Amino acid sequence: MAYDKFSVINTPAVPLPIENVDTDQIIPARFLKAVERKGFGDNLFRDWRYEKDGTPKADFPLNNPKYSGKILVGGKNFGSGSSREHAAWAIYDYGFRVVVSSFFADIFKGNALNNGLLPVVVTPEFLQKIFDAIEKDATTAFEVDLEKQTFTITATGESAEFEINPYKKHCLQNGLDDIDYLVAMKDEIAAFEG
Amino acid sequence: MEAKTLFDKIWDAHVVKKVEGGPNVLYIDRHLIHEVTSPVAFLGLKNRGLKVFRPDKTTATPDHNVPTQDQHLSIKDELSRNQVEKLKQNCAEHGIVYHDLQSEGHGIVHIIGPEMGLTQPGMTIVCGDSHTSTHGAFGAIAFGIGTSEVEMVFASQCIMQPKPKKMRITVNGELSKGVTAKDIALYIISKISTSGGTGHFIEYAGSAITGLSMEGRMTLCNLSIESGARGGMIAPDETTFAYVKGRQFAPKGEEWDNAVAKWKELKSDDGAVFDTEYVYDAADIEPMITYGTNPGMGVGVTQSIPTSEGMEGTDKTTYIKSLQYMGYHEGDSMKGKPVDYVFLGSCTNGRIEDFRAFAEFVKGKQKAPGVDAWLVPGSKRVESQIREEGLTEILEAAGFELRQPGCSACLAMNEDKIPEGKYAVSTTNRNFEGRQGPGSRTMLASPLTAAAAAVTGVVTDPREMM
Repeated sequence: MAYDKFSVINTPAVPLPIENVDTDQIIPARFLKAVERKGFGDNLFRDWRYEKDGTPKADFPLNNPKYSGKILVGGKNFGSGSSREHAAWAIYDYGFRVVVSSFFADIFKGNALNNGLLPVVVTPEFLQKIFDAIEKDATTAFEVDLEKQTFTITATGESAEFEINPYKKHCLQNGLDDIDYLVAMKDEIAAFEG
Repeated sequence: MEAKTLFDKIWDAHVVKKVEGGPNVLYIDRHLIHEVTSPVAFLGLKNRGLKVFRPDKTTATPDHNVPTQDQHLSIKDELSRNQVEKLKQNCAEHGIVYHDLQSEGHGIVHIIGPEMGLTQPGMTIVCGDSHTSTHGAFGAIAFGIGTSEVEMVFASQCIMQPKPKKMRITVNGELSKGVTAKDIALYIISKISTSGGTGHFIEYAGSAITGLSMEGRMTLCNLSIESGARGGMIAPDETTFAYVKGRQFAPKGEEWDNAVAKWKELKSDDGAVFDTEYVYDAADIEPMITYGTNPGMGVGVTQSIPTSEGMEGTDKTTYIKSLQYMGYHEGDSMKGKPVDYVFLGSCTNGRIEDFRAFAEFVKGKQKAPGVDAWLVPGSKRVESQIREEGLTEILEAAGFELRQPGCSACLAMNEDKIPEGKYAVSTTNRNFEGRQGPGSRTMLASPLTAAAAAVTGVVTDPREMM
């Protein structure tokens, strides 16, 4: 799936200080009936974000006008549960390019990387600093530099390095996906089959 | 030679290439697909002008969306119908075997794979569904993948994956009466949490594990993902071979003998090193039930809900939020909690043994009047077997009726939704907020504990009635 190339993001962030945010919360199963990849952002966090009648819940961060930006900050074990890639699509489609947490579920992390959404793992202490910085000033900006692999709290200058597989980094920086790579390997794969 | 784990042996035999500074290119022996996570992958393939590379290694069935009543009629929900029809069309276009609703081979994808003998020891198996871990019960590497990866397998029969770490969980001793594979799984997850397995592939070992039937092993491996692990596996043994033998796609004749000889090598070598190890005693495990909104929030059915004492920060706020959602309080006893719905089914507990256990328990008893019970076989074959074994009569005499196969209320993509605020004891895999319908409140448990709740109308220790 094509996505925008990733270099540096410098925006405020939206806080979601909840642990174990599971994929059923990110996008409930009843919204998985599409046969195309379109409009999943509308139903991102559907049941936390809206009342049953569709009225936005005022206390949910996505509905709070003071929060904005391309960075979503979640509690530990973000993205646990199902393998539905719709969860990564919904977050991306809503406008986020980075998700920060102290811990991600494996499948979610892989899905995010395959879709141009950068999962950034920081220590629990640094995560708390990010939440504190947002609480102090919701408009405060954060810089995510993929080349340098750093996440910086601009206001204080505090910075954390994050890890990413060099291959995946290359893919994100160039908007590439694995399928091109694998298709080019077909002869090798056929030989492996023997 | 270096001592290898079971996982290493299978993984290493499937690596086509190691990408410099990147993941492994891993060859996939079986690809299972369903209607929800495949359409965008097929679309991607079309946009690239590609066809499915190895359609003969791909098997399809619609399960997530399908109704569990009146399957002979057209699916009422337009979006669901469209998704199922799209799968059928895509399979026809790419030459993939498709098991349609009502056909003999229809069912939940993780139930029909083993039933047909498509699942075999030593294989790599993937599906766009996290509970693909089920197939690890046969000593296979099986795990759930996202839609981008479904497209990769379509295009090349390979995916790109970093090799996970290895964990061994040993459960020694004998299970007590009324304690099942489901209880072992919920016990383990309550100990290591829903993130304890992250980054790992689990091998289950020990006498309590090797003593399980294949169906019990499938339940246990199915729930591996709920601890955050990519998958779980059990070394194949005589129990495994006996289950696979004679099934439709199992090797036959001389090929069978050769296969078994090879499969016997599939075990962790003495001295093989695991990154993480846990050891438990089967005697410590009682029938389990969950009280919160993730599968790690489980206790023995005779226990009380733990207090938040000692928790702080987001740990504590998340815990309190979870109990508020459930309408429970710290320190509440689980026994006696009211139950509105009971759901027996899913890829976790929708196999014939689960129905036998449930039927045997309710035999001669009556369903509690206030309880709505949905009994959904995991496949058409399970459904037929229930009838052939005379379980239908037992269930009906006790006030229960059977529905038709599908994922059903496990994730409530079809009409089977637990209403807002209602309590369900469910044999499924996830008790997330709204998982079984918006506002639904789920308690995960074994088929026996579900049966006990169904006849009493409250959370009950099944051992008291056996």
